[in-house]
Amino acid sequence: MSQYVLRRLMIAIPSLLGISLVLFVVLALAPGDPFSELATNPNVPPEVQAALRAQFGLDDPIYIRYLHWLAAMAKGDWGFSFVSRVDVDTLILQRLPATLYIIGSAQLLALLIAIPVGVYAATRPYSIFDQLANTFAFIGFSLPTFFTGILFILIFSVKLDWLPFVYTDVPGSGIPWMLEMIRQAIMPVMVLGLFQAASMTRFVRSAMLDVIRLDYVTTARAKGLGQAKVIVKHVMRNAMIPVVTLIALQMPAVFGGAIVTEQIFRIPGIGSLLISSILANDTPVVMAVTFVFACLVVLFNLIADVLYGWLDPRISFR
Amino acid sequence: MLDNNLRTMIDDVKGGRMDRRAFVKRMIAVGLTAPMANQLLAIGGVAMAQSPNPYKPTKRGGGGPLKVLWWQGPTLLNPHFATGTKDQDGSRIFYEPLASWDVDGHLNPILAAEIPSIQNGGLAADAKSVTWKLKPGVKWHDGKPFTADDVVFNWEYATDPATAAVSSATYADMTVEKVDDLTIRIVFKKPTPFWANAFVGGYGCIIPKHLFAEYKGSKSREAPTNLKPVGTGPYKFVEFKPGDLIRGEINQDYHMANRPSFDTIEMKGGGDAVSAARAVIQTGEYDFAWNIQVEDEVLLRLEKGGKGKTLYAVGGDIEFIAINFTDPNTEVDGERSSIKTKHPILSDPKVRQALAMLVDRESVKKVIYGRAGRVTANYLNGPEEFVSKNTRWEFNIEKAAALLEEAGWKAGSDGIREKDGKKLKLLYQTSINGPRQKTQAIVKQACQKAGIDVELKSVVASVFFSSDVANPDTYSKFYADIEMFQIPMTQPDPALHMRRYLSRNVATKENKWQGQNFPRWVNKDFDAAIDAADTETDPLKRADLYIKCNDLMWQDTVVIPVMHRLAVEACSNTLRPALSGWANQTDNLQDWYREA
Repeated sequence: MSQYVLRRLMIAIPSLLGISLVLFVVLALAPGDPFSELATNPNVPPEVQAALRAQFGLDDPIYIRYLHWLAAMAKGDWGFSFVSRVDVDTLILQRLPATLYIIGSAQLLALLIAIPVGVYAATRPYSIFDQLANTFAFIGFSLPTFFTGILFILIFSVKLDWLPFVYTDVPGSGIPWMLEMIRQAIMPVMVLGLFQAASMTRFVRSAMLDVIRLDYVTTARAKGLGQAKVIVKHVMRNAMIPVVTLIALQMPAVFGGAIVTEQIFRIPGIGSLLISSILANDTPVVMAVTFVFACLVVLFNLIADVLYGWLDPRISFR
Repeated sequence: MLDNNLRTMIDDVKGGRMDRRAFVKRMIAVGLTAPMANQLLAIGGVAMAQSPNPYKPTKRGGGGPLKVLWWQGPTLLNPHFATGTKDQDGSRIFYEPLASWDVDGHLNPILAAEIPSIQNGGLAADAKSVTWKLKPGVKWHDGKPFTADDVVFNWEYATDPATAAVSSATYADMTVEKVDDLTIRIVFKKPTPFWANAFVGGYGCIIPKHLFAEYKGSKSREAPTNLKPVGTGPYKFVEFKPGDLIRGEINQDYHMANRPSFDTIEMKGGGDAVSAARAVIQTGEYDFAWNIQVEDEVLLRLEKGGKGKTLYAVGGDIEFIAINFTDPNTEVDGERSSIKTKHPILSDPKVRQALAMLVDRESVKKVIYGRAGRVTANYLNGPEEFVSKNTRWEFNIEKAAALLEEAGWKAGSDGIREKDGKKLKLLYQTSINGPRQKTQAIVKQACQKAGIDVELKSVVASVFFSSDVANPDTYSKFYADIEMFQIPMTQPDPALHMRRYLSRNVATKENKWQGQNFPRWVNKDFDAAIDAADTETDPLKRADLYIKCNDLMWQDTVVIPVMHRLAVEACSNTLRPALSGWANQTDNLQDWYREA
């Protein structure tokens, strides 16, 4: 087992190097300039822009810039934002709490809806409940978050005036602070959570249906076990294997944030950091965020594989 | 004649025979703005009135929180590194200049004890030096006193090439010396009629010497104070998350009486302009939103029965179409649009005039900019004193067609004009931006009617405005026949605004396309007028020179002005912000208050 994990980690190194190289080259080739905003300003002579480019090493050839970056990354130095003149890790750490809170809650909400609804719908296929669940699931994942987000804002903020639609880190502590944090998170969490829940419900339902018709389930029923015990102990444990993969692969997304939703609700998360850095051509930040994201994808793939073995002892590691 | 009258009036004010206000009023009546009238008085030897913004609160604090939305959040808080006005706006919460431009466009003393004038000895008659007296008793947020050393240090800091400060140009061509603890003198290398640039407004914010002295030059980025500003401003620093949030609290030791009115300030970034307008006007979650470049139709809808309104500030920002005088399709020494070539179609003045007649500015205003735009024939639209009255514009497809006919462009079988077997075809580029694409469509339609085939091209803003030498799509390379963009006017003086079009500023491969004369227009009269204006100390003659420059550009149809754009902000019905079209939005933040 530990040998297996070690081997997988070793294999990950060249693939991560490859990913970083591709990312870096694509970003370097992408057009644009972090100091373009200065260009329209008559107060700033063009030499300043040239001096800044030189200071940040933007005029060096690509391979030298890549090697610099790699060497620094290996030492744990994530780089220095051109735009904010702050270390990139500081920027990311500032954005992490909001991301984890909002996206994490949304994922949790999605699971809390998807598993019970999916399981229940699968035990009664084509019943009214199943039909309703299916209809809502279809509506849910056909509506993009930028649409539901704005719809929610129009209904709950503009018309009803119940919830704020600008998310800020309110200072303070105690119960009122917690209530305020919850209140402003309701809309984004709902938008993201319901969207996730919709597709996940379909997934859980079909995974359950695959298993529920198998002979051993009939045997369990024939033994006289109760419905609840059959479903939870015998069906769900086996049906959850593909679901676990899905969830594990979505975990990096919790870190990566949700670009669209974060933009709509002004959530200071990793997603909005990424998009504003891309727009501003702030390469070090884009590089760091995407690279960390790549690492997490590799890591959670491994975790999913390890979890398989735990859920289904027949799968062995070689 | 105007000259003589004016001199008499200035003397009247000096001698107390005429009220200052009356003078400004009469100047406005003949077409000058208040800022220019005041500069006239200052140069004419009349001390500037202390003209604070209207301010009602009678005590410091108690105004509750002030929540403002900057949809592009400030990304850094050192005014000398500000990449855009958003960063200046953020820095201005904590740092202050010697003076700011107030609502009426007067210089409003902030850290200065008084505004320099000839009468108080601040201005030299030869326009070669300015002496500023600093306000006594001002303290930095950490309790250290603010002195002349700090002011001199800012000049040293900005002009050190290793600092790579964005403000370096503001402080170039001058030396700053300490006279005593509360007096500094700026000595210009040559007569500088517009002296109110250094230490004034957005780039003029002053950082403390005791915290930055060790971090001058190449070490500038390591200064911890870059992220935790310690200034003299109305609010003290609490928290900063680049691109997202700035939080400040009231400075109880602030140097102006009864100010500021708010207990805390929050500047929130992110999102987009429409939702920012919505959060202020419709739901009232925020008090103020910056730079609401949204179609007027949308704003009018939001304003119906809302909790806020839009505010407009008139400056000199101009949206225009630049015409390429060189050939974008011929390569000379590895460079297209080279100054060594002539544009095959547009070098003919008749074609350029025809093109100017095909831009339906009235429709562009009606359909797109609404209250946020004014139609104009001029490139230079302010301050009022510099605005030419000699120009006009019209939208006339028949006349344009006749001009093209005269120039030898005859209608072809497919409706597109041709000459010597060549089609009249133009490439029209701009950045990706809703209003710009709509304007493109309006112009294209009129051109088609006149027999010009216009191909539209839009480039992502971050590429279009970049200085990336390797990219062919930048606005400075101008590999198109015509292009459209906006040039903001950052101060109430045309010097910087007009200098772009000097012949020596043509963008070429040699200067890495950093020259700002994108049309690649060469005109000796223009060069001579600009050079003369740079050192002309007589304000009237100077204004005449700039008007002449504007008229030369108009006669030669170097650019086609599309819209004189106003700054648009969203503001709650109770907030009373102090805004000016000549300054950044937070430039008079200390005077903001809420009406009960």
